[in-house]
Amino acid sequence: MSFEKHDIISIRDLSKNEILHILDTAKKIEDNPDSRLLENKMMASLFFEPSTRTRLSFESAMRRLGGEVIGFADPDATSLKKGETLWDTVKMAENYSDIIVIRNPVEGSARLAAEAVDVPVINAGDGANQHPTQTLLDLYTILKEKGTLENLNVGFLGDLNYGRTVHSLVVALSHFNTNMFFISPKALKIPDSYLDELKQKGIQYHEEEDLFKVSRELDVLYVTRIQKERFPDPLEYRKYVGVYIIDRKLLDHIKPELRILHPLPRVDEIHPELDDTEHAVYFDQAKNGIPVRQAILALILGRIK
Amino acid sequence: MKGKTFKISAIKNGTVIDHVSTDHIFKVMDILKLNESNDVVTMGTNLESKKMGKKGLIKIGGRYLTKQEADMIAIIATGANISIIKDYGVENKFRVEIPDIIENIVKCVNTNCVTNAYNVPTRFHVINRKTLKIRCHYCERMTDMSEIEMV
Ligand SMILES: [Zn+2]
Repeated sequence: MSFEKHDIISIRDLSKNEILHILDTAKKIEDNPDSRLLENKMMASLFFEPSTRTRLSFESAMRRLGGEVIGFADPDATSLKKGETLWDTVKMAENYSDIIVIRNPVEGSARLAAEAVDVPVINAGDGANQHPTQTLLDLYTILKEKGTLENLNVGFLGDLNYGRTVHSLVVALSHFNTNMFFISPKALKIPDSYLDELKQKGIQYHEEEDLFKVSRELDVLYVTRIQKERFPDPLEYRKYVGVYIIDRKLLDHIKPELRILHPLPRVDEIHPELDDTEHAVYFDQAKNGIPVRQAILALILGRIK
Repeated sequence: MKGKTFKISAIKNGTVIDHVSTDHIFKVMDILKLNESNDVVTMGTNLESKKMGKKGLIKIGGRYLTKQEADMIAIIATGANISIIKDYGVENKFRVEIPDIIENIVKCVNTNCVTNAYNVPTRFHVINRKTLKIRCHYCERMTDMSEIEMV
């Protein structure tokens, strides 16, 4: 399997074996980091919208392996209204770098950028569409915590309609015979197109509004934010958001081995009183972004096969 | 009442597109960009058909549609038949089939898609031929073919 010069645009582009190879490489790098692995390699970090968390994670991943970084963190939005700017910017960056990391709120922009240039492109988020390195670090966290990705009972809680991280993780986990539980208010249920996809692949799933009805079965609970902007009526929002906050009460309704993930940043959907329980792994999850992104960079840049 | 049947004159060389539903005939013209072409195009709607009740038919003089071109109309006119005419005879006849990839014919329904934001040619992957589901190559949004709009 060779990743050299491959783009990472969508989790859909990766086979099960490719996903496992990335996670395996991440483990090796984490256990045995080599601070000169990416020496003489240059990463262009093109953030057309601010995302400090993702940007710092990529830049730190590159620098800790001896690579270098150029780029911008948040260009003036008004100068980006024209399509030429996206196209021209990646063409320009191609001249100065060995790999491009791009974040742009327009959906499909990373795919277009990858078609524009010869150097490999990594999608660091294109609007509501894809953020494949987030999905890979979610998988890496689950693998580390549970020792396997196969045959797990995974619950998804919160906004399952708009949640990009949830959609990508659902697609990725469908390689691993996951039994999925979608727990959300009806107004924020997972789109039918994802359920159709699961049906077609023969993956078991359950839709539920009440977390406690299914929480005892879960190995993993993936929590996402419910955003106020999604609700035209603020009263409606308050009604829902209260129901989907988890706190110590949850502990009476779970297996002792349950692990709770969250893509962060959280608002108030996970009470801080859960933070120091063994169930909470969301801070480790964020940290896991480093070895996963290092693995992707090293594989694409051909420094690891 | 034979005398009342409307006849479209035969063509010497070209393509006949038959069994298009009358509702779709103008969209088929659009997809094949026949309104912009210099070919001699004759068209009929509401023709009598044993199979369909009413049907539409298009004849394009002097131009042979390839299978690939013809398949593009399958996304709206699933039952259409194509006949390639040479020297007044049928040289080849086939039914249109929905292609794997649909290029630059339909718009993406997602207003935040790069194809709409930046005027990029569209491309869709056909996911399910039976339910007519397509996925945008760029933003990955799934669309029912019934919701589509032409470019
Ligand atoms: Zn699109």
